[in-house]
Amino acid sequence: MKDIHKILEERILVLDGAMGTMLQRHKFTEEDFRGDRFKDWPVPVQGNNDLLSITQPEAIKDVHRLYFEAGADIVETNTFSGTTIAMADYEMEDLVYELNYQSAKIAKEVADEFTAKEPHKPRFVAGSIGPTNRTASMSPDVNDPGYRAVSFDELRIAYKQQVEALLDGGADILLVETIFDTLNAKAALFAIEEVKDERNIDVPIMISGTITDASGRTLSGQTAEAFLISVSHIPMLSIGFNCALGANQLTPHLEVLSQKAPFAISAHPNAGLPNAFGEYDETPEQMAEQIKEYMDKSLVNIIGGCCGTTPEHINAIAELAKNYKPRNIAVLTN
Amino acid sequence: MNKEKRKYLKLSGLEPMIVSAETNFINVGERTNVAGSRKFLRLVKEEKFDEALDIARHQVEGGAQVIDINMDDGLIDGKEAMVRFLNLIMAEPDIARVPIMIDSSKWDIIEAGLQVVQGKCVVNSISLKEGEEEFIAHAKAIKRYGAAVIVMAFDEVGQADNYKRRLEISKRSYDVLVNKVKFPPEDIIFDLNIFPVATGMEEHRKNAVDFIEATRWVRENLPHCSVSGGVSNVSFSFRGNNTVREAMHSVFLYHAIKAGMNMGIVNPAMLEVYDDIPKDLLEHVEDVILDRRDDATERLLDFAETVVGTSKEKTVDLSWREEPLQNRITRALVKGIDQYIVEDVEEARQVADKPIEVIEGNLMIGMNVVGDLFGSGKMFLPQVVKSARVMKKAVAYLLPYIEEEKKKNPKAVQGNGSNGRILMATVKGDVHDIGKNIVSVVLGCNNYEIVDLGVMVPPEKIIQTAIDEQVDIIGLSGLITPSLDEMVYLAKEMERKNLRIPLLIGGATTSKAHTAVKIDPQYQNAVVHVNDASRAVTVVGDLLNKRSNQKYVGDLKENYEKFREGFLKRTKKKEYLTIQEARKNKYTIDWTTSEITKPNQLGIQVIEDLDLQKLEPYIDWTPFFRSWDLHGKYPNILSDDIVGEQATSLFEDAKELLQRVFKEKLLGAKAIYGLFEANTVDNDDVLVTSGKENFKFRTLRQQLKKHAGKPNFALADFVAPKESGIQDYMGCFCVTTGFGTKELAEAFEKDHDDYNSIMIKALADRLAEAFAEYLHKKIRKEDWGYASEEQLSNEELIKESYKGIRPAPGYPACPDHLEKLTIWELLRVKEKIGVELTESLAMWPAASVSGYYFGNPEARYFGLGKIKEDQVEDFAKRKDIDFEYARKWLNPNVID
Repeated sequence: MKDIHKILEERILVLDGAMGTMLQRHKFTEEDFRGDRFKDWPVPVQGNNDLLSITQPEAIKDVHRLYFEAGADIVETNTFSGTTIAMADYEMEDLVYELNYQSAKIAKEVADEFTAKEPHKPRFVAGSIGPTNRTASMSPDVNDPGYRAVSFDELRIAYKQQVEALLDGGADILLVETIFDTLNAKAALFAIEEVKDERNIDVPIMISGTITDASGRTLSGQTAEAFLISVSHIPMLSIGFNCALGANQLTPHLEVLSQKAPFAISAHPNAGLPNAFGEYDETPEQMAEQIKEYMDKSLVNIIGGCCGTTPEHINAIAELAKNYKPRNIAVLTN
Repeated sequence: MNKEKRKYLKLSGLEPMIVSAETNFINVGERTNVAGSRKFLRLVKEEKFDEALDIARHQVEGGAQVIDINMDDGLIDGKEAMVRFLNLIMAEPDIARVPIMIDSSKWDIIEAGLQVVQGKCVVNSISLKEGEEEFIAHAKAIKRYGAAVIVMAFDEVGQADNYKRRLEISKRSYDVLVNKVKFPPEDIIFDLNIFPVATGMEEHRKNAVDFIEATRWVRENLPHCSVSGGVSNVSFSFRGNNTVREAMHSVFLYHAIKAGMNMGIVNPAMLEVYDDIPKDLLEHVEDVILDRRDDATERLLDFAETVVGTSKEKTVDLSWREEPLQNRITRALVKGIDQYIVEDVEEARQVADKPIEVIEGNLMIGMNVVGDLFGSGKMFLPQVVKSARVMKKAVAYLLPYIEEEKKKNPKAVQGNGSNGRILMATVKGDVHDIGKNIVSVVLGCNNYEIVDLGVMVPPEKIIQTAIDEQVDIIGLSGLITPSLDEMVYLAKEMERKNLRIPLLIGGATTSKAHTAVKIDPQYQNAVVHVNDASRAVTVVGDLLNKRSNQKYVGDLKENYEKFREGFLKRTKKKEYLTIQEARKNKYTIDWTTSEITKPNQLGIQVIEDLDLQKLEPYIDWTPFFRSWDLHGKYPNILSDDIVGEQATSLFEDAKELLQRVFKEKLLGAKAIYGLFEANTVDNDDVLVTSGKENFKFRTLRQQLKKHAGKPNFALADFVAPKESGIQDYMGCFCVTTGFGTKELAEAFEKDHDDYNSIMIKALADRLAEAFAEYLHKKIRKEDWGYASEEQLSNEELIKESYKGIRPAPGYPACPDHLEKLTIWELLRVKEKIGVELTESLAMWPAASVSGYYFGNPEARYFGLGKIKEDQVEDFAKRKDIDFEYARKWLNPNVID
């Protein structure tokens, strides 16, 4: 299979869209989530989307298929919450390895189907590594700003387990995403480096932060450039932003990265901002129109969608991307 | 310059910071450093983190572009303090916006810091000092945490102190980092060691030039890296003359920055604008910095005299002898010069009506100046003690005249005009009096009359003397933990006897917490914890101020009450295990694979009269300075901004006395030690066999509920249990360097020389610790021999990087003093070397150390922390002693 670094020099790569949005269409019940295997699980599991990789694997595979058909080069595994820390809510800490392994395995099966059909356009699987539900550099207790609900080491150990399982399952890339606290991400990156070292392998890493609001900072308070500097010690494939904002709002922050980062730039914005009902209603055309600006300005190398985006959105974006050259990575060294 | 495009050092807090060609010079704030700021140290010690944060904030507001944070101090848990402070900083966006420099000599503190900061930090520092292997390991970890690093020009041989060595070490460090570790070169910052110039020493002349030239070489030959340093060092020899110092800093920076220094620690308040330096001063300073002429130092010294009024006494300047009498007396007192005092006092006596007037007039005027300077932090403890020496000499000279006057005119005997009378005592069972003597001297200097009852004073005597002598305040001191209970008892007794005399509490084991929680509630009147001689004066002044003391005492009581409530609330949060549960979570060594060495020499050995000089390299000087209230790490303390000058002078005096001790064999050093077959029995006891006799050491086990995976330690865990069938070993020892101390101290006191009297005790204490270190090394390498290959520097010894441990009863791992009795019985310490135990189990002579040896490579130091009553009960049963008796001895460690 062709090296992804090479492909990145030739064209803009397309990442998939939302997993959650697609799964909502199935309206899975508590019983569907449980399947046969977790019939008697002591706590409710509805909403644990990662679990569906085990109990409803076909549904997950279908979503991957739809995105590849729409033109995506890379799909993300269904493992956004696949750490012992995030799975604690469902008391499923012990299943973490299996969840990640299965998710990577089924995504890889689908990717291989497509690569076999269209060898000129190889498809990749990115192991999705979410932020967990705890923050390492902020206190959840307003009265005790020095308190931390999770430590670096706890995160590192949890992430390491996830990383090992994703790689064992066949992930081609690791995607540390939706980073709202850079310290969490540093723990994940530390774990990845450890695994790389222990296994004596190299694996492409994508890093994607989240700018939470109009202040232009991450939840933990860093500016786009400070965030870039804080993770630049890792040899990465790409850096970018996802979630929280729509494509328009993300533009100025992508510009910062695009000017400063000697890596590929990725973006997977939401389908606009949520409306009064919490739904994303930006149409594929509207979103593509905004993303056209990224392309005109030559800001990105990898583009996809986050919350509220569907195969239709991705198709619109992929059609657009075909007509553009990728941002030149080599030009930047400083 | 390399053809490759220049890469810049980039750091981040909440905001980015890029050290580019345009940034010129990055100023690192250093006030959040416990070694550099006494205030910060105090705030951290007192856990006043809000105020500590203010210091960080002021620095950032004042223009610091990076803040250096250092928590290396023997009295604080550096790791915990570092993590806590960094976590708090992260919640303050106005501070957290700048990058953090994590500063420690301890790797575990650095790593703990790296784990709590999201931005890209700077680690300060690593070096080749401990060899390439450790250097590489640390650099790799730093790289993985995503931080930049300061590399000290230091290698296995020592610190680089000339041009060539700076080049050699930086080149080697750079090559290792870039080629072996693949460390990004732009993330390397060299600290090339800034040393003082114009010290009068020939070999220091090129210190600044060498640094500047080495900086130029590094920037030209080691691509992309940065150069940093602590600038104020360069002007060290001009302390007190800020005009010259500021000019020196500017000149130094001007040239160093041109040569490529792009980062450093500079106090912005101590910097003159280069162009504003007067031409003549500039020329003299540049001559020195750039080493442009042979007589540059002398010329600058002469010129410096004209720049400001305060002249330096580099050379013996006797012009002050021409001044009026009072000026001379005051100066002698302030400067601690006793050479001319008798002459001057005699002159004063001849003009005075009565000899007593010389004390009340001339001398008190001088001592008031001393008091004011000390109170405002412009004089330090050793200076004040020297002042006291001058004062005592003067008084001693006058006394015969005063007696004569009394005989002639008995009615004229009147109040002595003192500010108040203070009783000072080291409590029953305790023999440590350095701190007490210092406080006595300082109060004496402030015109308080001291009634010093000495050491091991029974409570009845303290109370009776207080009543008989009508003292105004009682000061109690103690160093060992049983003394704490003595103080509580004394407070109770004073209350029972209806005394109303305020009580001062001081000494190394005392604390505000203990005073507030245990002593204060026992006594209606004021109980004040004073652990700093400089505070004693203000506290006593407030207590005896007739107009305001009622309010002062009221406020004090309220303050302690609040503190007590807060403290009790805080302590309740902790959870404890039962002793059975704690034992289940003991530290387990895999005895099947653990490396156990049979000692080369089993049984008991005695060392008589060790040559003291052998101990000199083993001395840990940091605690010595602490005993004089000078805080900071040796040797850095010698060049400290605030106390450096005093520390240097104190150090010189100490060395001088030490040489005398060596030459004249003034102190006797003896030791007794033994290595024995030993096994753990019944969980926490260690059964030791000496000849045909058996002895049992009872160890105590931590009971605080730990995080998963963290064991509850007891010393017994480090010895193989009987049921393992493996023969293991342990040892115990007692060393002393205290014989002769008392006599020497008394001789000095007779000569009115409190300074040297305190000094000899402080030195004897250091020598005893050094002896313990020396002996431990001998044990490791020879007698036991499990580490015969060991090669450790003195600093590593102080850092306790050796294999095996030597915990001492009464200290954190085994706070129970009772086991000393077993050591005494087993080794027959008293009979063989004459060191005795007091009723509180303090050792006499005081400069003695006793303890155990554990040789297992997994043995480590730990703190017992608080234990529950169930363990006390169990302990009493194991020792076959009364529960109440056991409770009394373990009291400081039992949770209430």
